[in-house]
Amino acid sequence: MKISEQEVRYVAGLANLRLSDAEVARFQADLDQILSHIDKLNELDTDKAAPMSQVLFETGDTATLRLDVIVPPLGNQAALANAPESGAGYFKVPKVIER
Amino acid sequence: MEIASLTIDKIRAGLLARSFRAEELAAEALGFAEEANPKTGAYLHFSPERALAAARRVDEKIARGEDPGPLAGVPVAVKDVIVTSGIRTTCGSRLLEHYVPPYDATAIIRLEEAGGLILGKTNCDEFAMGSSTENSAFGPVRNPVAPDRVPGGSSGGSAAAVAQGTAVVALGSDTGGSIRQPASFCGVSGVTPTYGRVSRYGLTAFASSLDHIGPFARTVKDAARVLGVIAGRDPRDSTSAEAPVPDYTKALDGNVRGLKLGLPREYLKDLTSESGSLIHRGVDVLQQLGCEVREIGLPHTDYAIATYYVIATAEASSNLARYDGVRYTFRSADSATLAEMYRNTRGDGFGAECKRRIMLGTYVLSAGYYDAYYLKAQKVRSLIARDFSQAFAEVDAVVAPVSPFPAFRLGEKVDDPLAMYLSDIFTITGSLAGIPCMSVPCGRTAEGLPVGMQILTRHFDEATMFRIADAFERAGGVN
Repeated sequence: MKISEQEVRYVAGLANLRLSDAEVARFQADLDQILSHIDKLNELDTDKAAPMSQVLFETGDTATLRLDVIVPPLGNQAALANAPESGAGYFKVPKVIER
Repeated sequence: MEIASLTIDKIRAGLLARSFRAEELAAEALGFAEEANPKTGAYLHFSPERALAAARRVDEKIARGEDPGPLAGVPVAVKDVIVTSGIRTTCGSRLLEHYVPPYDATAIIRLEEAGGLILGKTNCDEFAMGSSTENSAFGPVRNPVAPDRVPGGSSGGSAAAVAQGTAVVALGSDTGGSIRQPASFCGVSGVTPTYGRVSRYGLTAFASSLDHIGPFARTVKDAARVLGVIAGRDPRDSTSAEAPVPDYTKALDGNVRGLKLGLPREYLKDLTSESGSLIHRGVDVLQQLGCEVREIGLPHTDYAIATYYVIATAEASSNLARYDGVRYTFRSADSATLAEMYRNTRGDGFGAECKRRIMLGTYVLSAGYYDAYYLKAQKVRSLIARDFSQAFAEVDAVVAPVSPFPAFRLGEKVDDPLAMYLSDIFTITGSLAGIPCMSVPCGRTAEGLPVGMQILTRHFDEATMFRIADAFERAGGVN
């Protein structure tokens, strides 16, 4: 197994995902299969390859910067319109305590 | 009016000759789409008020003697991952079932400024993650050509709407093949432009280094016209490119004589299926039209799926972190703490495929694994991109299959995620390289299932891609 049940639960915690026991078992099997396939990448020597962290096209260094012009913001009411819970112009959430 | 056989040119001619008004066309198109929709489930919801209002603006322009725009009166379907102000945008997810965006995507603004009529929003795999549209929280879409089969995915609803004739053109999004593969399954044209060619402002982010917006249409010319409207720099998307947008229709003169086409031997070596033989027949047609065909090598093809599923899931795990129960409508009840609310909301809200990809993406980015997975995949991605740049030193375009097989049956592949991922092999390579690629119809199998041929060209050379696809279409394709 590429990934243990404990690791699956740990990763779900990092991702803030509540998983059922059945989901944990299922994803352990799925991730094992997929990670085994991904191991294929280790066949390649990439010491001399640069990571493709940008999808490259020829452009000047500052070409992607927009002009610093003030535009009207969304507005408080519109921004809160999809909030499951809001009040006094804010998003409302349950009390924050340590995990 | 025969809605299902309209083209952009026919609509324009009819409007300018005063044969019909845009408002009449909009009403008729909406009526037809709503009536036909139960057969495929292509649309999730319709936007009649918006379509009719846009149509009235077109009619007013015509009445004043103004040009009504290049997409005047054209009924458009929009994949439900592209935000529309005041119109629900669900992304095929339970999480966003009631989400009504407060703004429009740039592509939507440009479509309407050009006179387009947005009829409604189309079904898709949840957050565009899938190859069959079976991962939608709102049920699958049926392929209009064969109702027991999938339309492909993730933009299955948009492809099905255009194939069914309930929209003249549609917008989809493509991260690893989500426009080209459903276009091929439904027998229409589907275009993934160069990375950065079309603004993604208002496209719900899945994998930001791979996401594209692109058109579906029943003719290459219509697809080219839509791309011409939505392409170009947008100050609201810093990844949109400065490059000028040519008039793509000027390339559609049927002349492909002397163009050099490359056939990747890695794609065709194992492809002995009916799809493969149709692609070979398509290549023969292009050769008869005067193209020079040669074999080329794309030696890192075998590593593309692994590369893609590391990069795409890593980026997705980050992009989907925003669905936390605070801002976007859905929140699970009865959570005592903030952390519990996050976990419950996401656990209840996301479907299985999204969870699987969030898990994989979080894993490959987690402490100790970043170099082994994400950095490694980014390096291999540059090798895959280099394969293409080396090929384009020799040839003007690469011609390839879109999918190893035609549309499969509903439910046939849902239980094997890796098999589903592996079927994306021919589309993922072009996505990783960021080059323009499209699917153009290339005949049907003995069972009558459409097959698409893929045409890939250099960065920002959509014109040559359209030239080849259009010449192929003019020649009658295969069959």
